[in-house]
Amino acid sequence: MSKDETLGEALRRQGITRRGFLKFCAATASMMALPPSMVPAIAAALEKARRPSVIWLSFQECTGCIESLTRSHSPTVEGLIFDAISLDYQHTLQAAAGSAAEAARETAMEENYGKYILIVDGSIPLANPGYSTIAGISNLAMLEETAKGAAAIVSMGSCAAFGGIPKAKPNPTGAVSVGDIIKDKPIINVPGCPPIPVVITGVLAHFLIFGTIPELDALGRPMAYYGQSIHDRCYRRPFYDKGKFANTFDDEGAKKGWCLYKLGCKGPTTYNACATTKWNDGTSFPIEAGHPCLGCSEPDFWDGGGFYKAISTPTGDVAKAAIYAAGAGAAAGLALGAMNRARRDKAVGEHVKTTIDDLEKGD
Amino acid sequence: MSCLTDTNVLKVEAAASLTHNVQPLLHEIRHALARLLDDGGHTVIDLRSLPLAAEEVEQLLDTLGQGEVYARLHALGPTEIVETRYPGVWVVVHFNNDNEVIGKTIEICDIPDLLRSQQEDIRLGLGQLQSQLA
Repeated sequence: MSKDETLGEALRRQGITRRGFLKFCAATASMMALPPSMVPAIAAALEKARRPSVIWLSFQECTGCIESLTRSHSPTVEGLIFDAISLDYQHTLQAAAGSAAEAARETAMEENYGKYILIVDGSIPLANPGYSTIAGISNLAMLEETAKGAAAIVSMGSCAAFGGIPKAKPNPTGAVSVGDIIKDKPIINVPGCPPIPVVITGVLAHFLIFGTIPELDALGRPMAYYGQSIHDRCYRRPFYDKGKFANTFDDEGAKKGWCLYKLGCKGPTTYNACATTKWNDGTSFPIEAGHPCLGCSEPDFWDGGGFYKAISTPTGDVAKAAIYAAGAGAAAGLALGAMNRARRDKAVGEHVKTTIDDLEKGD
Repeated sequence: MSCLTDTNVLKVEAAASLTHNVQPLLHEIRHALARLLDDGGHTVIDLRSLPLAAEEVEQLLDTLGQGEVYARLHALGPTEIVETRYPGVWVVVHFNNDNEVIGKTIEICDIPDLLRSQQEDIRLGLGQLQSQLA
């Protein structure tokens, strides 16, 4: 598919009938949580959509986000959405490596300046740029450089959206989110550890269809997916309302599928689409498998005071331990920051490559 | 460990005591059917956007039952279109090429749009027939 070809033209060239296209649009509307009455509008917009350039940067992350996306098995919808974009840089997936890979990123930026979508997964270390580099370029420098020409940024996963596990106390790398650094671009946060695959394709589909970013909540998350709590959409909610709870993982309540609130479920304070979209090709979601929600799409979920403590229960010694850890982390962070700030600023300003010496000095 | 291997562990109580959304949905369908008669208005309900336990979806589909029409079409994977025992109420299930469900709707209309031949496809087919006869 060339960049000038519309999605409608590309689908017809592949032998996809109008009926098939309408089915694709119906599935896309369902995926995007849009009302079925929007299908004709979606069809009209997708028919004319042109292929946007996408640059995907991976920083301090575990690759779980890209695994989540590439292991989804809905080729009809997600494959077509991905066929409809030009993924010009993704260092895990692309064949090119080293300077050829970086050249692909620079070319995509130059050719599509002001129009490309930037997807970021992973947090950015500020304590020392050498903690995470790509082709010798610090994450901070690469983010700032690539963000300049982006039409919009998608922070994919809890690490990019909120700092995630790298930011968990005591945050040894000084990890921050994309939004902590970039202030002058629209940012769509798609948190989750990992996020649900259809959410990212839904965001891309929204951009293709409407040419805008979707409606966001106060934390920058698309309302279509993060507008309601897990608790409100949970099929076990009626048990909560009746006061029927599992107290252990093998008691009578657990066997009967009662509410997992007392086992630490963070569903009431977690906003995500797991309860309706579900995982593993729509098979189930953690609560349906008998495990409380960890709240992975919320900021600082890792430091929430214990996965198995009910959210209204005082966390006691856990909180005390967290305070000590935070104190130690803050002190360490300050010291590291003081040592490295000048060098980091210099590297950022001059786009200097980080060397092994820099890493050793940082220890 | 034994509790994890016990297949009854995760079994939930009867569907009737779950979200209680089946009855309101049936009333919504009733209203939509009346509207179809009044002004021809077409209604689509996306079952995947509603909190329903798997048993409740079964309960809903059992209640609607199966009527005179069953159609299976092949366009980007199969789609099953079934008219329920209530004429004008259709259950449409889209699958991808791996036979995984990618959409499940209840449509209240005289005929679901996907069953109609589409203008673009008719035009393409006419061209192909003309070429064959030339």
